[in-house]
Amino acid sequence: MSKNVSSDRFRKVDVDEYDENKFVDEEEGGENQQGNVMGALQAVLKNPPMNTKNQALKDRAEGLVLKVLSSFKSADIEKAVQSLDKNGVDLLMKYIYKGFEQPTENSSAVLLQWHEKALSAGGVGSIVRVLTARKTV
Amino acid sequence: MSYYNFLLEPISCHAWNKDRTQIAICPNNHEVHIYKKEGGDKWSKIHELKEHNGQVTGIDWAPESNRIVTCGTDRNAYVWTLKGNVWRPTLVLLRINRAARCVKWSPKENKFAVGSGSRLISICYFEQENDWWVCKHIKKPIRSTVLSLDWHPNNVLLAAGSCDFKCRIFSTYIKEVEEKPSPTPWGSKMPFGELMFESSGTDGWVHSICFSGSGGRVAWVSHDSTVAVATGSKNTVISSLRSETLPLLGITFITENSLVAAGHDCYPMLYVYDEGKSTVTFGGKLDIPKQNAQRGMTARERFQNLDKKASSETDKATLESVHKNSISQISILEGDKSKCSKFCTTGMDGGMTIWDVKTLASSMKDLKII
Repeated sequence: MSKNVSSDRFRKVDVDEYDENKFVDEEEGGENQQGNVMGALQAVLKNPPMNTKNQALKDRAEGLVLKVLSSFKSADIEKAVQSLDKNGVDLLMKYIYKGFEQPTENSSAVLLQWHEKALSAGGVGSIVRVLTARKTV
Repeated sequence: MSYYNFLLEPISCHAWNKDRTQIAICPNNHEVHIYKKEGGDKWSKIHELKEHNGQVTGIDWAPESNRIVTCGTDRNAYVWTLKGNVWRPTLVLLRINRAARCVKWSPKENKFAVGSGSRLISICYFEQENDWWVCKHIKKPIRSTVLSLDWHPNNVLLAAGSCDFKCRIFSTYIKEVEEKPSPTPWGSKMPFGELMFESSGTDGWVHSICFSGSGGRVAWVSHDSTVAVATGSKNTVISSLRSETLPLLGITFITENSLVAAGHDCYPMLYVYDEGKSTVTFGGKLDIPKQNAQRGMTARERFQNLDKKASSETDKATLESVHKNSISQISILEGDKSKCSKFCTTGMDGGMTIWDVKTLASSMKDLKII
């Protein structure tokens, strides 16, 4: 039957991509559902997109971090900050300030809670490093 | 530890004479005032050096030859010699077109270096034939204002910290004035202007830089609240510490392994460098605060605080440190960089404090100065 049609390019189209009800299963989202928020935090703070000039990539990373930070319970924030090393605290502070730049309805409240805990762990020095960093996250 | 308040204005820079009886300070204007210690805790002004047309940004007093060099925002430097009871200035043409920021005599006092906003360092030496100070420039590869300078004990190597976030070590060998220097851990070929070492990794302006007593190590503080130390060798390793404090503005070695730094937090701090592990660790806060009588808070005050400030802690609005504003410069008073027993800090509160290392070490039991 395909001989009636001269082109068979339609066979190479992935129809599932155009399906509106497609199930999107992201890696971080998966860990959230399992309740492994600590693991999600570590994963999302690994390999920050510092050296790239691709703004879309940086925005996507920031969005992911915000999602993970919002999914923490208030009581767990302190433990999560304690589990980070010095570089991690500095990086977290950078993401927190980036998040302050584009506030959404709930983000500032959550970020302020994280800011308080990160400040007690990293001191004002970590904020100074956010201000003087040459490569932004 | 003794604190003396000279004036209400910040002290831009200071320098001590050889026997530490006189101090030259710039009271945030175009002049340099020299104060003499009068017994006890009193200081009296004995000289006023007025020649600059712009704020004096750097003063250095050569201990052996008793000459003062000053540099200012008027793009000039003057060398002052004491004739009788008067200080007479000699103009030095720096050939810069921006303000001079810092000046330091070399250890043998036959040269001095001036760092400026023209992105270069002027090395000045005295030419006998013309009876005139001549200067040579080091330009490459400095990309921004040179904020701080320090000389190596061999009189040839100069460390410079600048606003392009890097600390560099240059050779300033001038054949008219000195012999060829012998090899050092920082390199063996040292023609004039040769870059022996350039740092990387810190992100802020380098406010202050210091060689160790032997010259084998260099430490610097930068505006991103880090302290870094590098030991010269074939593959120089830079160890840095990201501190939790506000940026530091001055640093000096007090032994080969211990550093004292101070800055916007208004108190000096001790840092210890371990070359084997390549780490810099925070050794302790070096300020002894007065013991304030603890006022008990009434319940009403507690609720008022909770309502107004969302915290029920006692008022922490006053600074407990000796200096009430940022400390801008540290200098060694007694001893030298390999074994210092007293150091002095001046700050933006117009005050000068003399710190005694032995007293500090004995009063803070966890402090270890190795």
